[in-house]
Amino acid sequence: MRFGIAVFPGTWSDRDCKHAVELAGHTSVMLWHKDRDLHGVDCVILPGGFSYGDYLRAGAVARFAPLMESVAEFAGAGGLVWGICNGFQILCEAHLLPGALTRNSSLEFRCAASWLRVETSDTAFTAGCERGSVLQVPVSHGEGRYVADQETLDMLEREQRVAFRYVRRDGSAVEGDTPNGSMHDIAGIVSERRNVLGMMPHPERACEPLLGSSDGMQLFRSVATSVSGNGVMPVAAVS
Amino acid sequence: MTSVELAVASDAELAEVALTRAEYIHLVESLGREPNRLELGIVGALWSEHCSYKTSKPLLGTLPTKGPRVLQGPGENAGAVDIGNGLACVFKIESHNHPSAIEPYQGAATGVGGILRDIFTMGARPIALLDSLRFGPLDEPHQRHLFDGVVAGIGGYGNCIGVPTVGGELYFDESYRTNCLVNAMCVGVVEHGKLTRATASGPGNLVLLVGADTGRDGIHGASFASVVLDADSAARRPAVQVGNPFLEKCLMEACLELAGDPRVIAMQDLGAAGLCGSTAELAHRGGCGIEVDVARASRRETGMTPYEVMLSESQERMLIVAKPGDVRSLQEVFERWDLHSDVVAVILPEQRFVVRDGAEQVCDLPLDLLVDGAPPRGAPGPRPDRPKSAVASRGPAPAWTSDEALLALMGSPNLGSRSSVYRRYDHQVGDATVILPGGDAALVRVDGTTLGLALATDGNSRYTALDAHQGAMIAVCEAARNVVATGARPAAVTNCLNFANPEHADVWWDLHDAIEGIGDACRALDIPVVSGNVSLYNDTGGTGIDPTVVIGMVGVIDDVARRCTAGFRDEGDLVALVGPVAAELDGSEYQRLAGGVNAGTPPGLDIDLERRVHAFVLEAIEAGLLHSAHDCAEGGLAVAIAESCLLGDIGAWVGIDEIGDGEGLINGAAGILFGESQSRFVISFAREALVRLHELAARHSVPFRGLGSVGGERVGVTRCIDVSLADVRRVHGGALIERE
Repeated sequence: MRFGIAVFPGTWSDRDCKHAVELAGHTSVMLWHKDRDLHGVDCVILPGGFSYGDYLRAGAVARFAPLMESVAEFAGAGGLVWGICNGFQILCEAHLLPGALTRNSSLEFRCAASWLRVETSDTAFTAGCERGSVLQVPVSHGEGRYVADQETLDMLEREQRVAFRYVRRDGSAVEGDTPNGSMHDIAGIVSERRNVLGMMPHPERACEPLLGSSDGMQLFRSVATSVSGNGVMPVAAVS
Repeated sequence: MTSVELAVASDAELAEVALTRAEYIHLVESLGREPNRLELGIVGALWSEHCSYKTSKPLLGTLPTKGPRVLQGPGENAGAVDIGNGLACVFKIESHNHPSAIEPYQGAATGVGGILRDIFTMGARPIALLDSLRFGPLDEPHQRHLFDGVVAGIGGYGNCIGVPTVGGELYFDESYRTNCLVNAMCVGVVEHGKLTRATASGPGNLVLLVGADTGRDGIHGASFASVVLDADSAARRPAVQVGNPFLEKCLMEACLELAGDPRVIAMQDLGAAGLCGSTAELAHRGGCGIEVDVARASRRETGMTPYEVMLSESQERMLIVAKPGDVRSLQEVFERWDLHSDVVAVILPEQRFVVRDGAEQVCDLPLDLLVDGAPPRGAPGPRPDRPKSAVASRGPAPAWTSDEALLALMGSPNLGSRSSVYRRYDHQVGDATVILPGGDAALVRVDGTTLGLALATDGNSRYTALDAHQGAMIAVCEAARNVVATGARPAAVTNCLNFANPEHADVWWDLHDAIEGIGDACRALDIPVVSGNVSLYNDTGGTGIDPTVVIGMVGVIDDVARRCTAGFRDEGDLVALVGPVAAELDGSEYQRLAGGVNAGTPPGLDIDLERRVHAFVLEAIEAGLLHSAHDCAEGGLAVAIAESCLLGDIGAWVGIDEIGDGEGLINGAAGILFGESQSRFVISFAREALVRLHELAARHSVPFRGLGSVGGERVGVTRCIDVSLADVRRVHGGALIERE
């Protein structure tokens, strides 16, 4: 299968995502922010970085990029869109996901190992993971504190749209002791149709034992399996 | 006409451009005329210590700079060494001390931005940053402010541009109370064929100025960095530049697209002394001249004079030399990244430095005089007679138990955990960081190969303060040890020499001795020096810093899978010490904590033993015999063992014969436990490896002794120390945390 990797000025996880996609045995094409053509890719990754410098709010400018019009259209048609770190911020700014990502409660950037509990395997991104399993995936961000109003949080929980929650290494709840102070310890959520995933941690940095963890590879494999039809295909409406 | 009559510039004018009366007279005599104000300012910037190295250049010439791996030695924007697979590693360290003392966030941020440009100017993609930082005592609010600001600035720039900050060091010492040090090192990788030089050629070729518009920020930055700070220094804040990492990221990607492109004749970034310094150096390296038209440079503000345009140190700017026919197509590459560019200069056949403001010529100087003409400064006086205190005047011996001493050291700001710093830096972007910060050296994988680069910075100023020559040698050895501990072979060195006012004889001679020490150690270990930077005048109101030699070292390991790490690994493994056991407490962290003094002579160094120890450790790692290797440095043997326990999250118990029946510390056990003797590693390995390691040690003639074994949850030294790993972790983790 083929991933499309968005490149905004200031994006820096594009090369790492390409590396992870290749490790998973797939191909990728870079999608330039000024273009609208998605080159028929099966899944669009919005990678980490500081798009347009993020001098306003993280992702606030990127959402207006020409590329994002095509991405919104693609997501609307059920296409798989995967926002990682800055990509998650952009998806929230673009209203493709609810809520917002604000400054870490420590008021400091955090780059550290984190452990994520898979809260649902009912998405193309997590179909290959066991629900309740724990993935070691690093975080690296200054604005990753997920916030939303109570109604939205209730809805996300009710519809099992929290994809990942920060937990301890053994899977037990951290109860607020997260890298960023996220509400409900949320690390990642999916859209209503479950085809858009936003997550702050960097799975592309956790695809090799040499780098400390290969747990992130499970997500890349899940996407590929879902797309090729061998696994769960949660969005039948891709037309 | 006599020189004195020619010298019409006032003292105030000369002070503004940081030229001495003697230098001014030399300038006038060489020119055969009076320079105009612009010319005077340009000469002041290029003759500043920062640009001309007029004090250090004669001394730096003694350093060994050649070796089979060296592709580019000192003289370009950065040094380069061959690392195999047709790749070159490009690296350099540079100071940004003066700006950081005034405005810590921007000072540190633009320091990172500047060193990054030095690397990608050579066509190399930056893959790692390191920072060597020095502040005054952390319990003082102003020092905390500087420390926080500098760490935030480094993170702010490095995190945004997406280059991982993987290592460095951090010390707190009284000597930096009024002059903090911020040295940033950047490491990049490029294919040999794409290595880009900053050497202009071809009269008639054009020079593009790319990136940020030129503003009034940072005017006189180079001169500012070449004088002592004083009470009015805070008012110099306009001399500090402001960084825009986003713009630099775009500039970096565009320049890397052009690496190896035949249309690019030369590339040169703008750093110290702005457009003036960069254009002059570009032309001078190529043996040609240059004519700059300031009217063509896009401005950030109106009403700027030619002087301001030439001297502005606005960040994120780059010069590209190209044939006239290629200019437009190159501009299109930059436009894709939304980068503006102007043709601001043309290459001249004769070695002149000409500046025009549209139709009007405003400067015409001989290029050689401008770039190379600063009168070198020799010793300001004879070597001062400074009797070394043969015996350290120790304070009263503390009533510590050895447990308390170990915990005090592990929880001290100089030895405590740096995690509260490096967790604020993205140290993993690039998918290459194999050994994360916190160990001896960082190890980054080279994309598309099995190669790894081990990276470290080191420099203990307590040693150089006591003996500059010996301290500098130790700095080289310790950096090498950190690299060797990962299994990498030291390849080359970059150095940053931070000193006080070299117009004082004691400072000048310390600089002289330190450079000699670096040279002696590098020659003995066969490691060339390929780049470096000198920062003088780290002096405020007559109080100067201790001489501080920071060595940045790059080592190469052919297969990262064979790396070694510093943490103990398996229960039941044996622990051994490679190297001597002595009781050298002078200059140690123990001495600092015990009496607050730094006295005596630094630890002894047998450079030949050092070399043999490296060979032993490398061979043992290559043979797969070791489970851990850790450099034994500040805090001595006991601290090294405790650190290996923390890194491996497992205890260890050892015995040291010399301690005898150990009655606390008063009988000298402190020297054994906490003395900082050199040329030592603490290693651990499976029992089965013991015989082979003994044989290997005998073959290399290195002292090797079993100490004990790994296991449990306590850190113990028979009859001396018995503390829980949890207690060590607690004090270590809290060392830099602000106490209410």
